Amino acid sequence: MHVPDGFIDAPTSVATGVVAAAAVAVSLRGARRELDERTAPLAGLVAAFIFAVQMLNFPVAAGTSGHLLGGALAAILVGPYTGVLCVSVVLLMQGILFADGGLTALGVNITNMAIVTTVVAYAVFRGLVKILPRSRRSITVASFVAALLSVPAAALAFTLMYAVGGTTDVSIGKVATAMVGVHILIGIGEAAITALTVGAVVAVRPDLVYGARDLRQRLQLRVGGELVDAPAAEPAVPVAARSSRKVWAVGLVTSLVLAGFVSFYASASPDGLEKVAADQGIDKKTEDHANADSPLADYGVKDITDARLSGGLAGVIGVGVTVVAGTGVFWAVRRRRTDDASPTVVENV
Amino acid sequence: MGAGHAHRLYRHGHSPVHGLPPHTKLAATFAFVVVVVSTPREAMWAFGLYAVLLALVAYAARVPAGFLLKRLLIEVPFVAFAVLMPFVAEGERVEVLGMSLSVSGLWGAWNVLAKGTLGVAASVLLASTTELRELLLGLQRLKLPPLLVQIASFMIRYGDVIADEMRRMRIARESRGFEAKGVRHWGVLAKSAGALFIRSYERGERVHLAMVSRGYAGSMPVIDEVTASRAQWSYAFALPVAALVVCVLGWTL
Amino acid sequence: MSTASLEVSGLAFAYPDGHQALFGVDFTIARGERVALLGPNGAGKTTLVLHLNGILTGGAGTVTVAGLPVGKRHMAEIRRRVGIVFQDPDDQLFMPTVREDVAFGPAAAGLKGPELERRVEEALARVGMAEFKDRPPHHLSFGQRRRVAVATVLAMEPEILVLDEPSSNLDPASRRELADILRSLDVTVLMVTHDLPYALELCPRSLILSEGVIAADGRTGELLADDDLMRAHRLELPFGFDPRSVMGVPPREPSEAGSSVGEGA
Repeated sequence: MHVPDGFIDAPTSVATGVVAAAAVAVSLRGARRELDERTAPLAGLVAAFIFAVQMLNFPVAAGTSGHLLGGALAAILVGPYTGVLCVSVVLLMQGILFADGGLTALGVNITNMAIVTTVVAYAVFRGLVKILPRSRRSITVASFVAALLSVPAAALAFTLMYAVGGTTDVSIGKVATAMVGVHILIGIGEAAITALTVGAVVAVRPDLVYGARDLRQRLQLRVGGELVDAPAAEPAVPVAARSSRKVWAVGLVTSLVLAGFVSFYASASPDGLEKVAADQGIDKKTEDHANADSPLADYGVKDITDARLSGGLAGVIGVGVTVVAGTGVFWAVRRRRTDDASPTVVENV
Repeated sequence: MGAGHAHRLYRHGHSPVHGLPPHTKLAATFAFVVVVVSTPREAMWAFGLYAVLLALVAYAARVPAGFLLKRLLIEVPFVAFAVLMPFVAEGERVEVLGMSLSVSGLWGAWNVLAKGTLGVAASVLLASTTELRELLLGLQRLKLPPLLVQIASFMIRYGDVIADEMRRMRIARESRGFEAKGVRHWGVLAKSAGALFIRSYERGERVHLAMVSRGYAGSMPVIDEVTASRAQWSYAFALPVAALVVCVLGWTL
Repeated sequence: MSTASLEVSGLAFAYPDGHQALFGVDFTIARGERVALLGPNGAGKTTLVLHLNGILTGGAGTVTVAGLPVGKRHMAEIRRRVGIVFQDPDDQLFMPTVREDVAFGPAAAGLKGPELERRVEEALARVGMAEFKDRPPHHLSFGQRRRVAVATVLAMEPEILVLDEPSSNLDPASRRELADILRSLDVTVLMVTHDLPYALELCPRSLILSEGVIAADGRTGELLADDDLMRAHRLELPFGFDPRSVMGVPPREPSEAGSSVGEGA
């Protein structure tokens, strides 16, 4: 997925560089707020972990194997700010030390893989955790969906960049179909690994899963030899909590459905959303080659799949991303505002 | 593309290129790549000249051609992609060897191949002539946010430690007869990954304690600073400046 | 007594989760002494160590380092005076090169330039690692890393050196080398360990920390020879090791030995 030099033209590279720099700056502040002086060692060790875990091969079949991209995992385990920092640093070092990803494409790579992936994954994850019942299984499910969506979301972001500053005019409908399929496949792999890994951490040290901090066990009191739940420190606002959960659920589902329908029909015209979907194919293909060894493996898929369908899918993802990112920002702002008062209250808002 | 991460590109040496201050090299490499990317793709000869310039640097750095070429393999996925472009792209088509190819696709493929390869070659040259530690100092000097440099520095310091832990976990798995063959074994691998995360995070906490115990209060003391003389700057920038001349010619001719 | 390197009195501490680890620890270490802090796992050794340089605070009691009370006001100075060598040298050595790691402490205290270099050189020379100064720590052997870890602390010219399990994971040769280094240093040493022969070799005096209090304080040889005391605090000598034969301590009746031991707290 590492974009090389020359893929995206210079002005767009500069623009994405600015976006990436701004996002990293915000994340630096955010991470400092969360981890204070522990930021450097903790984020550094997590970056080293991401770097190492990307080398862990997950065999698929017949000699092929996949590996984690890690954006979603980082976001869920250490939170969006630290996650963005960790993945950005990994990308920076890969670019400089291993010539993996072009230097001028650093902005593109960081924006896609560090920022979009992490933010989308975290927003989806938090959204789902709020909707789903409070349990470990929910964490796993939410991780799965978050990672699943984060991969095509990054591809979509790349598509937008390519639409603006791509250096080749590649046919839209054809490529789109191949891409969507392949990236969803990659997303499924990423989702499975992420969900399993998060599940493994939650089972042992739930306190270390940033995105699930509110699922910690309540304190218990020993009263007359029996364990009793300690009185909840949080002011009980179950009604508000339930209603907001419902709002979240309805909002998410509606926006996804709408997005799917709208883009399904929009994709009948050769521009607009379909173009987005199409360009996405380009990245998907590079990614495919990076993972599978046969360059033509996806070529067939491309012609089989219905262009409309892929447009629709891309639309679901695209609009979903926007909605979710928007609510994510909203949630973050809101969270910050209530943070000082009492962290337990926030989790139920 | 994880395979490429395992080996270090650095190649020990005492050439004039090795001796340049890291930040001048970083800046020069970056400037060179920017110039290359900004060159019109129709000026094919310009890319040839860029390659010659890089070859000169490689010669000065005493990096053998074989070493450089082998490291270029990281680009292979994009070569495969570039090969597909002429088939996929739109527009006017030409017949080549009985295949109908898109003209713009051919240009696009050439563009990505030429610029991508030059970019990778430049990065490989930088990485093979600059030590890890130097690169970090260079980034620090180039005013990357200190916190980011620190994170990078911890990542470099503990990358091997954690990769080593991962390797030991693999050996432990295999010693007990486990070998991951397919998707059904992912659960076990993911458990290892989860355990690795916990270990990494806890190590981060211990490292923080060790830092605090030695007087850390939120900012790293600056122990080393790299400086460059004007001569070193101009030496390093000979590459991008020469490239810029080529680029300007490429636009005007 | 302000001449003492370290004075701990009435130290009690409970973690935020309610688990209480220290129940009133009292002891004094005079300048230049080498003292072993012995105790079974879970006795509160690590908790105690983290109090010595103010990483943990907030319980009852006081810790005084060379006359300076450990507290928010003098934290930087306290951390310079108390040098802790942690158990895993990989945690301790977090900088990219040995030299920078050794320089970290003094540089954080504001030292720079030639003075900083001199400190680094000296500290590395004292542990015999001067020639490795530009190496990344992960290229060193475990024993070498432990020695560098000691140097990182020596470079701060501490009042007292606190070593957490210094002999763990060392092969016999590295173990002996480290012992030679520690003996050659003219600083106060507090060595936290359950490697009893090592304590006997290096420290004339020992403290036994058990269940959050100092259960015994006396000459190392005598404590180790006191079978009842040892058993009571889950301390066991390695098979075939007899402290009497090593130190020439006259064999004593357990009851007699008990009386020579100061009961802590």
